[in-house]
Amino acid sequence: MIVQAVLFYIFAVVAVASGALVISARNPVHSVLFLILSFFNVAALFILIGAEFLAMILVIVYVGAVAVLFLFVVMMLNIDFLEMRSGFVRYLPVGAAVGAVLLAELVFLVFGWSALPGGPGGATASATGGLAVTNTRALGDIIYTRYLLGFQAAGLILLVAMVGAIVLTLRHREDVRRQSISAQLARARSQSVDVVKVPLGTGSSRS
Amino acid sequence: MIIGIGHYLTVGAILFTLGVFGIFLNRKNVIVMLMSIELMLLAVSVNFVAFSVFLKNLIGQAFAMFVLTVAAAEAAIGLAILVVYFRNRGTIRVEDINMMKG
Repeated sequence: MIVQAVLFYIFAVVAVASGALVISARNPVHSVLFLILSFFNVAALFILIGAEFLAMILVIVYVGAVAVLFLFVVMMLNIDFLEMRSGFVRYLPVGAAVGAVLLAELVFLVFGWSALPGGPGGATASATGGLAVTNTRALGDIIYTRYLLGFQAAGLILLVAMVGAIVLTLRHREDVRRQSISAQLARARSQSVDVVKVPLGTGSSRS
Repeated sequence: MIIGIGHYLTVGAILFTLGVFGIFLNRKNVIVMLMSIELMLLAVSVNFVAFSVFLKNLIGQAFAMFVLTVAAAEAAIGLAILVVYFRNRGTIRVEDINMMKG
């Protein structure tokens, strides 16, 4: 139990510290890398609490897709980021005030909340919902039965996002020669092959 | 010492606050604002999973998965819009985004 507590504090501190560095790093590339570190540590927290499937999904989806997408866009856009930092200090007081109020409210809520039915419960084998199956299987049992509609809607959302991203970023450039498949397929033999009878010794006048 | 739900909720609260703080702090940089939104969604996922585990109810984890899906879709669309905007205007400064004059 003490090992679990120590690991929790390590991962939590690293996650929060890298989250703070995400919003305060000078270079957005560093921001993205700290975001990846934060995701990894939160995934470790999920494993500690017993939600392995979600931890792996977090690593695959967030680190493998979203963070790499961010990195790609940050590196593709050639932007003067130092110029964007101006006004950082100007927005600091109001941001700090809003953040402090929000954090105070949330922490007050967390520690003032006592009506926890069933006690703390511990973090061992409770992620399976009390069943003697693995976390992944229990999650599948719920998703594919009770939340089938939500699951399908999630897939639809991803499809719409994919189509939208492609439609938004696809650019038809006029100065690039492209393969015209329909023209190639519509080409008949009569348009491309010409059989010429060549008289002996004179050669063909057609080229 | 036992790690209870309060610990996880505190981590989630701090991460959420960092996300809100980041939006206020980086008022000019859309990319960092999008990253802050990702941080906030991550904090929401932490909350969902913590409640799901400590209340012994798996529905929270199912919804954390849906949150993840929406976050991925949002990041993809947001970054695509950003790329198109940068291609058209050559800048992504937030105060320059006033074409629609709403």
